[in-house]
Amino acid sequence: MQDKVQDDKDWDIIVRPNSSPFQINLKEVWAYKDLITLMVKRDITSVYKQTVLGPLWMFIQPIFITAIYTFTFSASAGLSTDGIPPILFYLIGQTFWVYFADCLNKTSNTFISNAAVFGKVYFPRLVMPFSVIISGLVKLGLQLSLLIIVYIYYFNTTDQIHPQWPYFILLPVFVVIMGFFSLSLGIIFSSFTTKYRDFTFLLGFGVQLLMFLSFVTFPASMFSPAKQQLLLCNPIATLMEAIKFILTGHGTFSINYIITAIIITTLLFFFSVIIFNKTEKSFMDTV
Amino acid sequence: MSKEVIKISDLGKQYRLGQVGTTSISDDLKRWWYKIKGKEDPFLKIGDENDRTKKGNSEYVWALKDISFSVDQGDVLGIVGKNGAGKSTLLKILSRTTSPTVGEYKIKGRVASLLEVGTGFHPDLTGRENVFLNGAILGMTKAEIRKNFDEILDFSGVERYIDTPVKRYSSGMYVRLAFAVAAHLKPEILIVDEVLSVGDQEFQDKCLGKMRSVSESGRTVLFVSHNLLAVKQLCTKGIYLKNGRLLKIGTTKDIVEEYLNDDKQLQSDGTIPHDFYREISTGEAFFRKIILTDLNDNSLTRFAFNQPFKVKLILEVNKQIKDAVINISVATSLGEPIVFSVESKNSKYVSRTFDEGLHEIEAVFDLKFLPNNYKVTIGLHYFSNGVTIDWLENIYQFKVDKISYNTNEDYPWEAMHGYIEPETKWNYKKV
Repeated sequence: MQDKVQDDKDWDIIVRPNSSPFQINLKEVWAYKDLITLMVKRDITSVYKQTVLGPLWMFIQPIFITAIYTFTFSASAGLSTDGIPPILFYLIGQTFWVYFADCLNKTSNTFISNAAVFGKVYFPRLVMPFSVIISGLVKLGLQLSLLIIVYIYYFNTTDQIHPQWPYFILLPVFVVIMGFFSLSLGIIFSSFTTKYRDFTFLLGFGVQLLMFLSFVTFPASMFSPAKQQLLLCNPIATLMEAIKFILTGHGTFSINYIITAIIITTLLFFFSVIIFNKTEKSFMDTV
Repeated sequence: MSKEVIKISDLGKQYRLGQVGTTSISDDLKRWWYKIKGKEDPFLKIGDENDRTKKGNSEYVWALKDISFSVDQGDVLGIVGKNGAGKSTLLKILSRTTSPTVGEYKIKGRVASLLEVGTGFHPDLTGRENVFLNGAILGMTKAEIRKNFDEILDFSGVERYIDTPVKRYSSGMYVRLAFAVAAHLKPEILIVDEVLSVGDQEFQDKCLGKMRSVSESGRTVLFVSHNLLAVKQLCTKGIYLKNGRLLKIGTTKDIVEEYLNDDKQLQSDGTIPHDFYREISTGEAFFRKIILTDLNDNSLTRFAFNQPFKVKLILEVNKQIKDAVINISVATSLGEPIVFSVESKNSKYVSRTFDEGLHEIEAVFDLKFLPNNYKVTIGLHYFSNGVTIDWLENIYQFKVDKISYNTNEDYPWEAMHGYIEPETKWNYKKV
């Protein structure tokens, strides 16, 4: 046994069929950081090639969606926005939700949409979902500028906004948790869809339904405490409410729910990486 | 002793035939159950050899089995074998795009695999952006690519278009740029699959030249190709895979010869054994015998220069075949076909009907082959749709000597600059 261990040390790469699923080689992912930056650059620049308005689309999209939500949910259906000006309410919800949903949809396609590349070259497969999350972050950063403009406008013109300044430091943390949550869900789905395509259908409408359970278009205060408790098990719902609370002073904010969300996300992340590791080794045979 | 850089032991890869991947849900469950009970995976014991010509009994097939060998630093290893012998599976496992079912391997140094050129090229990005992206996918850092960028550009010859999206490129330009990136990788071990089959002659020569310089700089290359000439020119060592098993490892010359001669074990009277390996066959008819004879029906494998010969075939027909043609082609010793012959009358090809039973067919060749070694391929096809009924590639070998057959004029030169000498009429006139 000692000999074998000694022998293994002389080699750089050792491949065996049943290596441990806990072997997460984050060091290897780090060695490919240049690839991650180039992938992010590719994701961002290639989307707006051959468009006239280019990156302006990043702002047109949330403006239109917010307008429609305001018209349907608030003006027509008369749903409460928790005392927040409707436009701001929907813009906050939609900016963060789109970040989450985009990351989820794209990472869940990791294996299938990259099959051609994965089948020909080896690099740590986790590079792909990570680069998707980072591209999503960059896009979110740009869209936040729109949100900030609208936010400052309402802050100056109305007295409905009560920013919870000490908590602002938590906002980046929430964004990271959202990113990890979507990454985890996304790579679990991507691992399953390589073999069973049923999951693509499930995810397709699942994401849409999840939006209605995540307090994007209506506030948690619309529900009875018991129902709220149930709905807040969803980390995205918790974070959405918390973000609104920090920005405007209206919303549900409870440290217990946030800790729960962090625990769920952490567990899910480790679980997803294990599944991903297991899948990446032989997915070329099943995709 | 030279340094071992790749060591492969008992490597195997099993596939399940049918719809999805290597296993099914029920087999997954069974496997899991055995694992809980602490027993060996039951499906590893079964599985047929990977041989398309035989109808197997098992759902599981071993694409590769019991592969063990090692490669030393600086070796250029050629991997030869027919389609389906497991060459690409082996390269895929070694380049880590899929994992083995059993066995293990160890590698020393950085590996770059070139199973395709232009992997990860994005059509909307410019040539420049794609060079960086593709380089990074192949394992280079940004700094390395930047350092080599001018060289890459120079090698590709598409400098003028470098800031144009690659979807506007001609396919030739695309491949050139892609190969240029790959050629400037600096790995210790390079794995190359069939990439030389794309591009024009000039480009192929360039690729071969680049690969030669890679090997001369002391790096290790694993190379798969059906182009035996390229294998012979480039490689120092070879392995021969057949039906997923390692048949032979040795010098390139031995391997190429073994590959060309394998399966061609005719009995001395030219009888083709009943269990003979056939790449393509419908089973309606089989060639049972082939001999080459002189005009007096003496069986020969060695002919004199200028000597006409006959190809004699015995064909066994299992049920009546209508509208079929037999073709006989002659190839060089490296398998490059040079002559193709089908029966014709008044410049029209003739098809025939074969009744059930044995048929003897004779074809007289009156053609001056220049001194060399040749191989004969025979085939039986339907005339109208070209479906192959039986086909035996390079089944018979013969040699043409320099000694003349009917005159004292032997072939006078040392070098051979062709294979066939046609009847030529020469006219001279002073102008």
